[in-house]
Amino acid sequence: MSWQVKSIAERTGDLLPGSPWTAVLYVLLTILAVTAFVTVAGLVLIYAERKIAAHFQCRVGPMRVGWHGVLQSIADAIKLLMKEDIVPRDADALLHILAPVLSFAGMLLVMIALPMSPTVQVSDMNIGVLYVTAVSGLGVLGILLGGWSSNNKWSLLGAMRAGAQIISYEVSATLALLVVVLFAGTLQLSGIVQSQETGWWIWRAHGCGIVAFAIFLIAGTAEINRTPFDLAEGESELTAGFHTEYSGLRFSFFFLSEFLNMFVLAAMASTLFFGGWMPLHIGHFAGFNGIMDLLPPGLWFTLKTTAMIFLIMWFRWTFPRLRVDQLMRLEWKILLPIGFVNLFVSAACVVTGFYFFAQ
Amino acid sequence: MSVHVSTLQARISGESTASSPLSTEEYFVNMGPQHPSTHGVLRLVLRLDGETVREVVPVLGYIHRGIEKMGEHGNYRQFVHLVDRMDYLSALANNWAVTMVVEKAAKMETTERIQAIRTLVCELQRIQSHLLWWGVFGMDLGGFTPFFYGLREREQICDIFEKTIGARLTMNYIQPGGVMFDIHPEFVKDVKAFISYLKPKLVEYDALVTDNVIIQERIRGIGKLSAERAIALGATGPVLRASGVAHDLRKSEPYGVYSQLDFDVPVGKDGDCWDRYWVRMEEMRQSVRMIEQLIDNIPEGKTFMVKPAAKIKVPAGVHYSHLETARGILGVLLVSDGKEAPYRIHCRTPNFNNLWCIGEMATGGRMGDLVAMLSSIDIVVPDIDR
Repeated sequence: MSWQVKSIAERTGDLLPGSPWTAVLYVLLTILAVTAFVTVAGLVLIYAERKIAAHFQCRVGPMRVGWHGVLQSIADAIKLLMKEDIVPRDADALLHILAPVLSFAGMLLVMIALPMSPTVQVSDMNIGVLYVTAVSGLGVLGILLGGWSSNNKWSLLGAMRAGAQIISYEVSATLALLVVVLFAGTLQLSGIVQSQETGWWIWRAHGCGIVAFAIFLIAGTAEINRTPFDLAEGESELTAGFHTEYSGLRFSFFFLSEFLNMFVLAAMASTLFFGGWMPLHIGHFAGFNGIMDLLPPGLWFTLKTTAMIFLIMWFRWTFPRLRVDQLMRLEWKILLPIGFVNLFVSAACVVTGFYFFAQ
Repeated sequence: MSVHVSTLQARISGESTASSPLSTEEYFVNMGPQHPSTHGVLRLVLRLDGETVREVVPVLGYIHRGIEKMGEHGNYRQFVHLVDRMDYLSALANNWAVTMVVEKAAKMETTERIQAIRTLVCELQRIQSHLLWWGVFGMDLGGFTPFFYGLREREQICDIFEKTIGARLTMNYIQPGGVMFDIHPEFVKDVKAFISYLKPKLVEYDALVTDNVIIQERIRGIGKLSAERAIALGATGPVLRASGVAHDLRKSEPYGVYSQLDFDVPVGKDGDCWDRYWVRMEEMRQSVRMIEQLIDNIPEGKTFMVKPAAKIKVPAGVHYSHLETARGILGVLLVSDGKEAPYRIHCRTPNFNNLWCIGEMATGGRMGDLVAMLSSIDIVVPDIDR
């Protein structure tokens, strides 16, 4: 089965010569759709986290607002919007206001590169992986600025922890990404998905895929500041870390970008290692592949991403937090050497064509 | 012996000892009185060098209610009703400490049944207190789930107490001359059901927290307190025993019916956070053992030996008695001038002394370690300030 892959940007480009105003409308609708997606996904994720956490902890979670509390996130969002927006007197007001915007922008910019199905991808850049790595680094700037500008020692501690942590773990995450790039032979995200037509990289790469996936998941969890790597917030240590001094809408921007970063991580992990929107295929077994193709690609993407999100939430409600020096030791002494060795082994596999269903 | 006294101000304006070759500065942070992991209104002034803790100075007085002074204005029986607000997780043991000194001074008789019931409820409360500590310990290390697990089991003990005593937290049950009410008809059945419920849960706790590699990494070898320093600082209870000193009043000066019970005193080796954790987990198992021995053998007899309105006459003089709460030795010193109200009362509370070990442990550690150490001491702040 061949997939008709076309991003929204390309389709807009096709419209441009004939009917430019339709193209403009198309762009506006896309912006609206991305914003709406981010908002709705954020609310859904927050609700899911509360429910999943509750059930891990023998509770039922929110139950009162709407059926089984489904409207709880909306109620919370309204509450946050109505709260007083406080900028501390001694804070650097400009940076304090800018920080959550930067954090949010980093997440939003990654969002447009994610291939959610053959046709639902805003922009399909030929340097997709590079773009995602580069742009997601913008988030750390927001956290650093937020902690610095708050003029609060707890915030500063949290921001410095976050800075060190995110920059360190970015190295390992990128090494794990490179493994897939090597096997797929392309940086284009839709190309990586299509390269998994005969099977997902997690099992086709003779163990390299599994190791790379584990590294990517650990490093990714650290990059999005979630337990066991939530040192930047470190509730029991730093009260609330870098966002101690934030309230109302600005806090919710930090909060929302944190949750959507989790979505981005899950989506990237499923795109790179689990075939993204590509159904479960095994080599050239046409019958089996045909049955799998009955489910639409968008659903495959959703299922995989949801499973990854559940896994990340599972971490959070099971593990305690690491200490700062242990965090650094894990990255520089354990993950990074393994990542390098894995990359070399993968390169050898690619050169010799030693992997399942090599062309 | 010379005592070095310095004000907080003097310490804050002292010389910086920052060790980094970069141009860095030490800074001060107020941890508390409102902070998620000081468990109440404790204030710690920290001198930090980056993430490294250079000095910890506990500052007290945020929840001082003058319980001892209030005790001078009521009679002996009324004072029992104040002490449950000291260490609120050991309300019954606090009741008993006061009761014990009054009974000893006034030479009051008790029955075997009274002593057995007192021992039983105190051991149940020890489990309850350690369960809450376990949950909070997990939470302080960054995992939220243990907190709910610990509280789930603790609820059942609170339910048992509620049936017999009528209160769940601040209980006034043990009184000079007996216990306020006889145990509820379902007490024995409930306790047995709870014990058989708790045992597999303790195994589950090990799977969730004890055996977790991150927990092991976080608490092994940090916050060491040598036996000499623990004794010098007056630490008692699990903090002292974790440092390798097998001092438990239930063994060394048995009160209640402890002399008839078969139990071990868990003792640590290095005095680090792990040992304190392990000692408390083991104490829960020992308490279960004690309850199992006692629950079928509660002797018959009276549960209250004096008339409810009878005045208690304590002969003039100084009286002292102590017992082992979940956190250590609670001693009550009573000065009587022969009148209806005590002349002076002083409580030697375990948390006050245990708290000062934090200065010894935390110096040189990391910010995250400090939280683990503070949690491993298991302080209850209202008991420090009284």
